[in-house]
Amino acid sequence: MISFGMGGARRAVAVVAVFALLASGAAMAGAQPWQLNMPPGVTSISQRIHGVHMLALWICVFIGVIVYGAMIYAMFKFRKSRGAVAAKWSHNTMLEAIWTTIPILILIAMAWPATKLLIDMANVENSEMTIKVTGYQWKWRYEYVDYFGKATPVNFISTLDEQSNRVRQTGSGLDPHSVKEGNENVYLLNVDKPLVLPVGVKVRFVITADDVIHSWWVPELGWKQDAIPGIINDNWTRIDTAGTYRGQCAELCGRDHGFMPIVVKAIPKAEFEQWLATQQAASSASKTAQAAPAAALPATQG
Amino acid sequence: MAAVNPAIHDTHHDGHAGHDDKPHGFLHRWLFTTNHKDIGTLYLVFSLTMFFIGGSFAMLIRAELFQPGLQLLQPETFNELTTMHALIMIFGAIMPAFVGLGNWMIPMQIGAPDMALPRMNNWSFWILPFAFLLLIGEIFMPGGGPQGGWTMYPPLSLEGGFNVAFMIFAIHLMGISSIMGAINIIATILNMRAPGMDLLKMPVFVWSWLITAFLLIAVMPVLAGAVTMLLTDKYFGTSFFHAAGGGDPVMYQHIFWFFGHPEVYIMILPAFGIISEIIPTFSRKPIFGYQAMVYAIASIAFLSFIVWAHHMFTVGMPLGGELFFMYATMLIAIPTGVKVFNWLSTMWQGSLTFETPMLFAIAFVILFTIGGFSGVMCAIVPADYQYQDTYFVVAHFHYVLVTGAAFAIMAAAYYWLPKWSGNMYSEKWGKIHFWSSTISVNVLFFPQHFVGLAGMPRRIPDYNVAFADFNMISSIGGFWFGASQLIFVGVIIHCVYFSRQRATAQVWEGAHGLEWTVPSPAPFHTFSTPPVITNDMLAHGDVSH
Repeated sequence: MISFGMGGARRAVAVVAVFALLASGAAMAGAQPWQLNMPPGVTSISQRIHGVHMLALWICVFIGVIVYGAMIYAMFKFRKSRGAVAAKWSHNTMLEAIWTTIPILILIAMAWPATKLLIDMANVENSEMTIKVTGYQWKWRYEYVDYFGKATPVNFISTLDEQSNRVRQTGSGLDPHSVKEGNENVYLLNVDKPLVLPVGVKVRFVITADDVIHSWWVPELGWKQDAIPGIINDNWTRIDTAGTYRGQCAELCGRDHGFMPIVVKAIPKAEFEQWLATQQAASSASKTAQAAPAAALPATQG
Repeated sequence: MAAVNPAIHDTHHDGHAGHDDKPHGFLHRWLFTTNHKDIGTLYLVFSLTMFFIGGSFAMLIRAELFQPGLQLLQPETFNELTTMHALIMIFGAIMPAFVGLGNWMIPMQIGAPDMALPRMNNWSFWILPFAFLLLIGEIFMPGGGPQGGWTMYPPLSLEGGFNVAFMIFAIHLMGISSIMGAINIIATILNMRAPGMDLLKMPVFVWSWLITAFLLIAVMPVLAGAVTMLLTDKYFGTSFFHAAGGGDPVMYQHIFWFFGHPEVYIMILPAFGIISEIIPTFSRKPIFGYQAMVYAIASIAFLSFIVWAHHMFTVGMPLGGELFFMYATMLIAIPTGVKVFNWLSTMWQGSLTFETPMLFAIAFVILFTIGGFSGVMCAIVPADYQYQDTYFVVAHFHYVLVTGAAFAIMAAAYYWLPKWSGNMYSEKWGKIHFWSSTISVNVLFFPQHFVGLAGMPRRIPDYNVAFADFNMISSIGGFWFGASQLIFVGVIIHCVYFSRQRATAQVWEGAHGLEWTVPSPAPFHTFSTPPVITNDMLAHGDVSH
């Protein structure tokens, strides 16, 4: 029973993966106009999530075709205007047993791959770097806690880019279609400083918030995780393909909930290490620069 | 007050005689009423009013989302509108509509002269206008109405001003009203059935309300507790949900959804009951698997208590918790499937006609099932890591609540309107209302699946241009659906005041049940003496299955 479910699920996932590749072509950075479906994403987890999603979708379509087909047939065949005379029967134990049992088997076929996937998603062991994400009204802070066991001081705030921010003001009269980066429209999906991550490295995220609840979501990575004050959640990703991936806060967090996007820029590992070194140098330089005014502060207050 | 005591009146009147003795004067008739039919009417009129107020908020939301960029509203006003739209539709439109239908029909379907507790019935209703005056009045207060979503998650919901206290007080009042209504329904069904109306001969609608009433009594106090903790966190220095004071914001979500998920079924089980009345009538065939239908409603009600955390798959629960709530949620598909298959089997080899109530009932089965499908998809935790808090979920619950609950209420209104008013509604305009609503509601909500899957979060006032096309289609569907409901009001007003076509007692050829044995319009007092029930008068007189 279960092996049947697994085999069916695997086949369906394989079929779906082929369709997805045909449909998507090159890796997409963000949503496209008229996009109908979830992106398969750029991690093995996101692709498996896309797989269980498509499996469930096709099962629903299949059941829908049967149920709706029977219903439409009944509506045409058993019309009083066509002379249909009502039968008297009103139960059938065998039928009822069948349509209670078959759905159980179908549910097991869906739950099995989902359970295995969930167990893998929960496994944050052996991660190679840690990013701490903190949600604020209405921006994100990213801290590069460690990279291959070495602590780093790199951390910065990431907020909505200025161009989107000008256009999004109520009654600004500015055209959202004009907010572009290259050929891509990035209205409300662009930030001043993206989260830069290396390709092929298992990244553990620890996620929290400082004021209200937020939710950190990049569809191409396959998951969202709530950022909750007083609680530290974790999740992980390993990005397979270099690119820029865009997402948004997914939990209502007040006035500008719609205006705190997330941009992840995945670059090759060597390039990332260079970037990290530059950031580390910059951050220690700014620390020494900040030290003087900070020391002067009590004096001015006093 | 003795003058309006139905118990005294009943001894002087034959309920079937037709010449009613309604209290004179507007206040006496409506404010002091203890009559289940008048209170039912009050509930239904109230709910229709709220449907239009909540609907007008939805129109504003769709107008702002018509194209990218903020043209009309400030973001905080948008959040206010989404919050109020939900609260008004759930507590003001859907729930009172079912209570109104229950008030009207339950005594008539079980052969009782009135509700068991008529004065409490009056109070249950008359609390509601004041509760909603408080809630809607907040819009005009400094700082505006609540903006934290109808789920009122702290810490965000506590950032509001005056509105927090007013919203909580309004919710307490609604809760008191619901609990009293539920007690009344249980007391009526368990104590006031006519001789021969055994529990397993009751109409499925009565069964669905009996089970719903138990759900209400179980969970409304939980909501009251949750919002009271919000109140003390805001005004009395407690820290139930303040992380800084050692509290836990996620605990609120657990408590809220322990109420919230049964609440979802409170809004759909009576709909199941209504559909189970209408499909057999217009199929001219007894409902398939009566007992299975009753047991399916009971199992859904039981399961509703152990699935709440599927609203919270992304809050960071332990793996074991996520798996448990995934499996429990998927189980709901089984009794729900039984119901859909049984409705289909009821139609199978029937003799079908397609009057407006039947059209709405069939649309219910088809479109509610779409909401059921997306519900099963949302149960799958890994996929829900993508769906959660997107427009996919918005599409899901609107299929369940609009094409589910609201369509069932409309079906019930068309089905019983001739019994209430004594007149037939215009079948032509009923059908125009049906087709206009059914097409537009799909134009409205189906594209929301696509934008949700493509990555559009819910509760945002503005969006990237990639989501523009489907949002524009959705908004057009929204305006169209909103306008279609004006036809509904027109049909009702025409039927009640202007229709010249009198309804017979039977009304529908295939109708069975005690409500069809009294004249149309139903006299002010019915079944003052208990009816003598024969099994062939009942839809479910044959108890062998």
